[in-house]
Amino acid sequence: MRRGAVLLVMALGGCSALYGPQSSAMGQGMESAHIGNLFDLFLWVTVPIYLGVMVFLALAMRRRQAMVQGAARPEQEAGWRLGLVLFAVTSALILFGLSVATWFTDRAIARAGAGPALSVEVIGHQWWWEVRYHDPVAGRELRTANELVIPAGATVKVSLSSPDVIHSLWIPNLAGKQDLIPGRTSDVVLKVPKPGEFRAQCAEFCGLQHAQMALPVSVRAPGGFAKWYNAGLATPPVPGGGPEFAGYSLFTGRQCASCHNIAGTPASGQVAPDLTHFGSRTTIASGALPNTAASLERWIADPQRVKPGTQMPQVPLSPEERAAVVAYLESLK
Amino acid sequence: MSERTYLRDGPDLTGAALHDKLARTCGDRPGFWGWAASVDHKSIGRRYLVTAFVFLALGGVLALAMRLQLSGPQKALIGPDRYNQIFTMHGTTMMFLFAVPVMDAVAIYLLPLMLGTRNLAFPRLNAFSWWMYVAGGSMLWIAFVLNAGPDAGWFSYVPLAGPEFSPGKRVDFWAQMVTFTEVAALAVAVSITATILKARAPGMTLARMPVFAWSMLVVSLMVIFSMPSIALTSAMLMADRMVGTQFFNPYEYGDALLWQHLFWFFGHPEVYIIFLPATGFVSEIVQAFTGRQVFGHTAVVLSLVATGLLAFGLWVHHMFATGLPRMGYAFYTAASMAVAVPSGIQIFCWIATIWTGRPRYRLPMLWVVGFIVTFVAGGLTGVMLASVPLDLQVHDTYFVVAHFHYVLIGGAVFPLLGAVVYWFPKFTGRMMDERWGKLAFWIALPAFHLTFFPMHYLGIMGMPRRVYTYPAGMGWDTLNLISSIGAFLFAGGVMVFVGNALWSLKRGEAAPADPWTAHGLEWTTSSPPAPYNFAHIPVVTSATPLWDPERPVTRGLRVEDREVLLTTVFEARPDLREPSPMPTLWPMIAALATTVLFVCSIFTPWAIVIGSVPVGVALIAWFWPKDRGPEGEPVVD
Amino acid sequence: MSLPCRVSLLPLAALTLLAACGRETRDFSNKMMDSPHRGAKFAGNAWRISNGARLFVWMNCAGCHSHGGGGMGPPLMDAKWRYGSSMSHVAYTILNGRPGGMPAFRGKITEDQAWELAAYVRSMSARTRRDALSGRADEPANVEPLPLEKRRRARAVTPEQDAAQKESSKIEGTGP
Repeated sequence: MRRGAVLLVMALGGCSALYGPQSSAMGQGMESAHIGNLFDLFLWVTVPIYLGVMVFLALAMRRRQAMVQGAARPEQEAGWRLGLVLFAVTSALILFGLSVATWFTDRAIARAGAGPALSVEVIGHQWWWEVRYHDPVAGRELRTANELVIPAGATVKVSLSSPDVIHSLWIPNLAGKQDLIPGRTSDVVLKVPKPGEFRAQCAEFCGLQHAQMALPVSVRAPGGFAKWYNAGLATPPVPGGGPEFAGYSLFTGRQCASCHNIAGTPASGQVAPDLTHFGSRTTIASGALPNTAASLERWIADPQRVKPGTQMPQVPLSPEERAAVVAYLESLK
Repeated sequence: MSERTYLRDGPDLTGAALHDKLARTCGDRPGFWGWAASVDHKSIGRRYLVTAFVFLALGGVLALAMRLQLSGPQKALIGPDRYNQIFTMHGTTMMFLFAVPVMDAVAIYLLPLMLGTRNLAFPRLNAFSWWMYVAGGSMLWIAFVLNAGPDAGWFSYVPLAGPEFSPGKRVDFWAQMVTFTEVAALAVAVSITATILKARAPGMTLARMPVFAWSMLVVSLMVIFSMPSIALTSAMLMADRMVGTQFFNPYEYGDALLWQHLFWFFGHPEVYIIFLPATGFVSEIVQAFTGRQVFGHTAVVLSLVATGLLAFGLWVHHMFATGLPRMGYAFYTAASMAVAVPSGIQIFCWIATIWTGRPRYRLPMLWVVGFIVTFVAGGLTGVMLASVPLDLQVHDTYFVVAHFHYVLIGGAVFPLLGAVVYWFPKFTGRMMDERWGKLAFWIALPAFHLTFFPMHYLGIMGMPRRVYTYPAGMGWDTLNLISSIGAFLFAGGVMVFVGNALWSLKRGEAAPADPWTAHGLEWTTSSPPAPYNFAHIPVVTSATPLWDPERPVTRGLRVEDREVLLTTVFEARPDLREPSPMPTLWPMIAALATTVLFVCSIFTPWAIVIGSVPVGVALIAWFWPKDRGPEGEPVVD
Repeated sequence: MSLPCRVSLLPLAALTLLAACGRETRDFSNKMMDSPHRGAKFAGNAWRISNGARLFVWMNCAGCHSHGGGGMGPPLMDAKWRYGSSMSHVAYTILNGRPGGMPAFRGKITEDQAWELAAYVRSMSARTRRDALSGRADEPANVEPLPLEKRRRARAVTPEQDAAQKESSKIEGTGP
C-alpha cells in the first residue's frame, strides 16, 4: 500500500525528494511508518471521493433539462432528497471510519512506544538544539549540541522543552512533530529499525533563524552507537603543539570561552552549543553549513552573513588566528 | 406640540414625483463632506469593497515577493527580518484586512436590497466601522513601511511575540490593528443581525429569506461570539508587552499555551466567517443561472447553521502538536471531520440544482464551477489534517499552506469574484465584459493550481512553513520554482479581472435592472439602485419574488424623513416604523478620536485616560437624541 | 474615494511612527563604527536593548548588580553613576573594568556585545526612549521554568499539603 501511494505520487509529480533524508513519505521509524500507512488509507479514500464529486459535477453540467422555471418535477425531487440523505449518511460513515482508523493508529503508536527506553532530552534554543543523554549510571550523562545520535532497534524517548520560545522537533522520516513549549515538557518516542542518516528541522516559527534550525539525526547500529557514546564521554586531550595548540589558546583565552563549553578545558560557558566533540559533527550552526574547515572559517569570520540574527558575535580574529581556531575545533573528534 | 401631517408614499404620491422627494431625502450631499457624512449602506458598502480590494492587492504583492525569494534555494533577495515581516503582513492583511471586510462589504451593500428595506439597522455604526477599519489597516501598513511591521506570524504565538523576544513596537501594532478590525467587524455584525431579524420586507418569513441573508445571519452571530475572544487575547498580549502583566509568561505562572487556546477559539470560527458568506454567494449565483430555487433549501440553511455551531468546537485542531492529552484530541478529530458533512451537503445540493435546472454558463457560473473543483480538494486535505497522526507530520509545513489556500482562495475568493461579476451590474449600472472576464478565469484557475498543488508535495517532502530560505540539495527546488511561476500567472489573472472591472466601470454595456433574470428583490431596483432603494417597500409572498406573477407593495412610509419599516422576526408582519438617521459626521469624528486613543495607547497607557475624553464627547454628540415627531405608528396599508 | 481619507490619515500616523526607523532597525552587517555613532545607534534600538538584556543574564551581571537593584555592585536603576552614564562611559566600564571591583570584560565579550549591554544598562534607569523598552522587566532566564509538579517538589510539599496550604492561606486572608 505504501509503495502504491508513493508511486502514484511520483507519477504525478516526479519528486525525488520523497526519498530524501527529510521526507515524511519514507516511514523509516515506527511512528512515521504507522502514519504513512494511515496516510495511504486516507489517500485511497479521499482521492476517489474527489474524483466522484467531479464526475457528479461533470454529469450535472452536461444535462439540459427542459423544465418550468422555478420548480422541479415532484417525482424528481423525492429521488434527489433520498440521494441527499444517502450522501449525508455515507459521508458521515466514511468520516467515522477514518476517525476510527485514526484512533487505531494512535493506539498502535502509543503501544509500540511503551516499555523501557533510552532517555534523551532535547532543549530547543533560538536557533540551535541542546541534546542531553540520561544514563542511570552516574557520570555517564552525555551533553552535546546540534546532533542527535540514537541506536537502531531501541526505543528512545526524547523529552522536549525550551527556555525561550516555542520550537518544534520534526524528524519526518522517523516520527511526527512535537512542540517544545516553555513551561511544559512533552515527548516523542523514536523507534527506528534500521540505521540511517536523517535531517530534522524546527517546525514552529521561532524568530529570525527558524529557517536554519536543522538537526542531523543519525541512527546507528547498537555497536556503533555505543562506540559513539563512549567517545563522547571521553575528554579530548589538550593539543600538544602546532596550529591546534595555538587555536586552543585562542579559544580558551578569547571570547569563545565565555559562551561555549569544551570538556577538559577552561572553556565552560553554558549558553552556547557545547563544542566538546565538534570535529565529529556533520554540520555547523545546526545545519546551516556542512562541517568542513572552509565552512567553519566562513562561519567564524562572519556569522551574521551565514545566519543573520544569530547570537554568535563576530569575534575579532586575524586570518591566521582564525585558521588556528578552525584547526583546533576540527581536531576535536 | 402641533400636529404635522407627514407626506407619505401612497397611491397619490408615486412615480417621478415620489422619486424626486425620496431621492432628496435619502441622498447624500455632493462633495467630500457629503461623502464623509454618508450613512447610506450603498456608499459604505462601496467603500468597504474598494478598501478591501486595495488590501488584497497589497497582500498579493507581498505574496509575490515571498514566492520570488523562495523560487530557488538560498536566494538573497529578502533577508530574514524583512521576510518575517512580509509573511506576517501577508497573512494579517489577507485574514483581517481583506477576507472578513470584503464579505462584510457585499453584505452591507446587498442585504437591504435583498431584504427589501431602505437601509441597514444602525447606519451610523456602519459608517463608524468603515472608518475604524481603514484606520487600523492604514496604521498597520504605515508601520510596515517604516520597518515596524509585525514579524511574529499572523497568529503571533507567545512567547515569541512577547516582550522579551519581540522587542520594539512591531507586535503592538499588530495587536492594536486587531482591536480596530474587531471593533469594526463587531459593529457590522450587530448591524447585520438586527437588519436581518427586524428589517425584512413584509411577508419575507425566515423561510423565504435569501440563502445569502441566512449565511450572513449565521456569520454575524459567529462574529459576535468569537471576536471578543481575540479582542481579549490581543489586549492581554498588549498588557504583557506594555504594563508588565504575566498572562503568557511561564516563568511567572502564566501559560504560553493560553494564547493558542484563546486565539484559535476565534481563529477557527474566523475561517468559517470567511467561508460561509461565499457559500451564500454560490447559492445565489446557482439559483440565478439554473433558473430554479436551490435544491434542498432547508438542508442548505441547516448546513449553514450546523457549520456555524460546529465551528466553535474545533479550535484545538490547530494545536495537535502541543502535547495536550491524546484522548482530548480524539474529540477534536471527530468534530473536525464532522464539520465536513454540512459543507458536503451544500456541495451535493448545488450540484443537484445544476443537474435539475437549466444551467447557463455565464461568467459567475464559471467561478462557481472553479470553486467546486478547488474547494472540494481543500476540504479533503482538511479531513486529512483533522486526523492527529497525519497532522503531526504535515502541521506547520507547506501541506497546510496548500490546504488553507485551497479552501480560502478556492472556497472564498473564487465565489467572491463570481459574486463581483454577478452583482457588478447592480452596483454600477454596467455589465463586466464577458470575454475579458473569461480570460481572467481561464488564466487564474489553472495558475492557482500550478501555484498551490506542488505545495502538498513540498510539505510531505519535509519543507516547513515560514522559512525565508531553504538549502540546496533538498530536492525542493523544482516544485518551488513551479509554484513561484504559478503565483505570478495567478497575479496576472487577477489583474486582468481587476482591469476588466475598472474598464467596465466606464465603458461597460449599460445594465438593466435585472440583467441575469434572477429571482431576488435586489433585481427590482434600478441599476445602480436609487438612494432610497425601493420607492415602495415590497411585500414578499415566496422565496423567489421576481419569478412570481404579482409583486405587491406597501405604502405609507414617510417621504420627507428617513424611515425604515420593521417587521416581526419570524413571520415578517409589519411591526414598527423606525426613523433612520440623516447623514452626520459624528461617526467619522468618533472614529478619529478612537483612532488617536488606540494608536497613542501603543506608546503610553495614559492615552487611554486622556483619549477617552474626545471619544466621550464624540459619542455624546452622536447619540444626542433628536426630536423627529411621533414614532412607531403601525403601518396602515 | 477612499484615497483622500487614507492620505489625510497618513501625516497623523506618520508623525508618530516616523521615529520608528531608529527604534526598529535590526542591523546584521557587523559594520564597525566609531564610538559616537555606535552609541547613538545602539542606545535607542529595541533589538540591541533586548540583546543586552539577554547578555546581562548570560554574563551573570545580576550576580553583583542583581536585576538593577545592586548588591555587591552598585545599583544600575538609580541616577547615581560613579563612572559616567553615557553610552561610551558605560561601554568603557564594561570592557575595561573599574576600580572597586568591576571586572573587565574585554576579551570575554566582543565590543558590539558590550555596547548592547550598555544600551540595556542605561535603559534600566530610563535613560532611553520609552518606546524602545520592553514594558515588562524580565530577562530571559537560562534556566527553564518549572512545571507544576516540579514546583511542588521544589517547595517539598505533596499535592494534599499544597491544597491545605492554599486553604489555610485563604482563611488568614493572605491567599488569592
